[in-house]
Amino acid sequence: MSDNHKVIGRSVPRIDGPEKVTGAAKYTGDLKFPNMLYGKILTSPHAHARIISIDTSEAEKLPGVKAVITHKDVPELKYGLSPARWDENIFCIDKVRFVGDKVAAVACVDEDTCYRAMKLIKVEYEELPAVLDFRHAMDEGQPLVHEEYERNINTEIHQEFGDVAKALAEAHHVRTDVFVGQRTYQAPIEPHSAISMWEGEKLTIYSSTQSPHYFQYYIAREFGMPMGDVRIIKPYLGGGFGGKLEPTGLEFAGAVLAKRTGRPVRTFYDRAEMFAHNRGRHAQYMEITTGVDKDGKILAAKANFIMDGGAYTSLGIASAYYAGALLPMTYEFDNYQFDMFRVYTNLPACGAQRGHGAPQPKYAFESHLDNVAADLGIDPMDIRIRNARRPDTVTPNDFRVNSCMMRECLEQVRQISDWDEKKKNLPHGRGIGVATGSFVTGAGYPIYRTDLPHAAAFIKVHEDGTAATLYTGSVDIGQGSDTILCQMAAEAMGYRYEQMKIVAADTEITPLDFGAYASRQTYMSGAAVKQAGEEVKKQLLDLASTMLSLPADDLECAEGVIFSKSREGKTLTFEEVARKHFVLKGPLLGRGAYTPPKLGGSFKGAAVGTSPAYSFGAQVGEVSIDEETGEITVVGIWDVHDCGKVINPRLLHGQVHGALYMGMGESVWEEVLFDDKGRIKNAELANYRLLTAVDMPPIQSEVVNSYEPTGPWGVKEVGEGATNPTLGMFSNAIFDAMGVRVNSLPLTYEKVWRALKEKREREETKAA
Amino acid sequence: MLQSITDKDGVKRYLITLKVNGDAKTVLVKGNAILTNVLRDHLDLTGTKKGCELGDCGSCTVLLDGKPVDSCLMLAVEADGREITTIEGVAANGALDAIQESMINHAAVQCGYCTPGMVLSAKALLTRNPHPTEPEVREAIAGNLCRCTGYVHIVEAVLAASQGRTAPAEH
Ligand code: FES
Ligand code: FES
Repeated sequence: MSDNHKVIGRSVPRIDGPEKVTGAAKYTGDLKFPNMLYGKILTSPHAHARIISIDTSEAEKLPGVKAVITHKDVPELKYGLSPARWDENIFCIDKVRFVGDKVAAVACVDEDTCYRAMKLIKVEYEELPAVLDFRHAMDEGQPLVHEEYERNINTEIHQEFGDVAKALAEAHHVRTDVFVGQRTYQAPIEPHSAISMWEGEKLTIYSSTQSPHYFQYYIAREFGMPMGDVRIIKPYLGGGFGGKLEPTGLEFAGAVLAKRTGRPVRTFYDRAEMFAHNRGRHAQYMEITTGVDKDGKILAAKANFIMDGGAYTSLGIASAYYAGALLPMTYEFDNYQFDMFRVYTNLPACGAQRGHGAPQPKYAFESHLDNVAADLGIDPMDIRIRNARRPDTVTPNDFRVNSCMMRECLEQVRQISDWDEKKKNLPHGRGIGVATGSFVTGAGYPIYRTDLPHAAAFIKVHEDGTAATLYTGSVDIGQGSDTILCQMAAEAMGYRYEQMKIVAADTEITPLDFGAYASRQTYMSGAAVKQAGEEVKKQLLDLASTMLSLPADDLECAEGVIFSKSREGKTLTFEEVARKHFVLKGPLLGRGAYTPPKLGGSFKGAAVGTSPAYSFGAQVGEVSIDEETGEITVVGIWDVHDCGKVINPRLLHGQVHGALYMGMGESVWEEVLFDDKGRIKNAELANYRLLTAVDMPPIQSEVVNSYEPTGPWGVKEVGEGATNPTLGMFSNAIFDAMGVRVNSLPLTYEKVWRALKEKREREETKAA
Repeated sequence: MLQSITDKDGVKRYLITLKVNGDAKTVLVKGNAILTNVLRDHLDLTGTKKGCELGDCGSCTVLLDGKPVDSCLMLAVEADGREITTIEGVAANGALDAIQESMINHAAVQCGYCTPGMVLSAKALLTRNPHPTEPEVREAIAGNLCRCTGYVHIVEAVLAASQGRTAPAEH
């Protein structure tokens, strides 16, 4: 673990900083093309209804309308993100399944005309009874969202490892708790948009996407095109958090509208449409049973969950598996049972939101574990340290863990939060809570079945040696991957970060990379970049060896200087050798690719949750509660992470802050609410309740000195993992403050107030 | 009285002059055109972002006679004759403003979508109050939602800029 790195490990400024602070950075919605049209999608006003007829004739007559399309004008082939359940159509064919489902689209000379044209499309519906409560979606006699899925079951999982019944029977203490998690939404500040255009048979789409490659693949499949005829370009992107992972109607409808009109078409969602498209976090019903010995050592755990999938699958099969797969990660126990139903409802589809499936089960388990600790009279910190996973272990569901500093994270967060002192002395109405989390460092398997590498990279050194350009398919959605991959490239080549350029996320120019999801890029894309950089360096040193008449293995290159390891003063610059290389041999190029090793067991669903490496973390939060109003004030948050080697500390802590921000919102404020017709009641940022700068508490984020042996320079994940402990941490802090548990998210002031009132009433009855 | 023309369909358009980043720009706009769209679509100043069009997110913040406003809540005709600063007008002659530099150095920028609005709100604050306290900084940017940063580095960046520093204290 040598630490004489020159470029990585430093908080270099973001490569895209100047463009972003000056407004020069162009996001998809900022792009304009000559002769461009505007496209909008007409959506369903009903949660569940049969489409009797669609009449577009009036809309077509409106001046400025250039095309109106419905399901008749597009392929009928179903699509989705999970090949196991392709259940979505570009436009609904015989019925609509949620308020916001796609019915038709228009292309017009301007936005105003689009809105007028949509009003002129006459759709006759026959309303059907709708399934709006996921807890009853499987009940006898409920309407079916998709006829082919009985009892509205989208995914069903039953897994058992070890012997749970036996372990529970032998346990000193067994406890069951039920928790409910709410539906939340990623709410990136940039709304989704796309611009589609054709040149002959070739389709180009600029899109606010987290994975140009998956878009390219699914669009080619839908339209029966060779992938080489589909080019997806990701301009600057204003946040995704999982919500911009899959192709939307915008790209499919846009492509067809552009073909029809022969003109570029910009399609976009406004803020309310973003909420309706959704793909955010599933609501979940979570029953957890645990058996422990008298010291609080966990012997067995049982998770019995139901998830609200909404009207389509999206990435939901993976979400369903993730919910259970990561539960036995942070603590060690051998006996584990996981049962899950993901059900269809007539609500917007849910998908992958930061932490993918895992934060709510973690909330349930961490709250439950605190209840167990209270039953046994054990300090919540101690019970976690006692059970903390150790390095080089295997989970009951066959996930191999290499580096793991779970215990160190807990010990450090205990110290920096002043846990022991506060636990004893906090005044009435104030509380402190702890929770842990972990997450995958990239998924072990791609979303569709393929043996292609997960990431690849090229580096081109410019002919005068003054710059090198990294070509990567990885996607900077704000997390800073362009910057840290350039740091990694420079480190591997022995070059300077300041002389790096990057071309990323354009399927025509850059090599394959699956994109920004499952916290994979620093590790997987980074591995490919490192390899490409080392290939450049090797060629340089070979040539320098001839130029200096020294053996290549005596030479090293760092920060743009090639030098002899044994003889001081024998140096050449990176520039002069690179230039010489171009003169003698042509372009100086490096290539790299990354494929994970084969991972996981052989049971059904064994692939989901596998990862070459897992991150760990612990958080403590302190809250104060106003007993009169139930109002919660967050006093402070402390976070300690095991995320392997840190490439750029400031960017890394920025990720943790953002994860805490999202987790804090989900814990107490954020929730997508529906009325009794399935319409979203709060499809705006103010009423969805995104927190402002004034609402945020002081945050202290730290890392332990970790190294992951399988990662490039020892890196692991952080961006999603930091969301996983937060919900449970708040639940526990609030529990500590008021001595009574709120069993559903979000932990609103109202629920806190009610819980306190009920507690008071119980105490009064007891006293009487 | 604004000059206007009415087309065949009866749609009335007004001739207005906006003083944007020091230049006078005359544009013909509909009565219901919001300032954000006129800046973005007519004047190609796309640094002003749109995140909600409801006054919730602050991505469309511009300075109107030096004060931050949500340009999505303002009709373009209301801005006739007034001084507007957009993000494109902050870096004078290509040299970054201290706040911009501080934002880069503190890693206060992630996806960057909120950044133009954030920079303008911060700039307006430091112009009227060169040495704000942390709560004052938070208050000043409370109308600018950021989904990425948790505001930690943004607040640090603005405070540092107000103290004449642009580099972070640690790291
Ligand atoms: S776009 Fe104006 S405040 Fe959001
Ligand atoms: S940096 Fe992404 S919204 Fe602020």
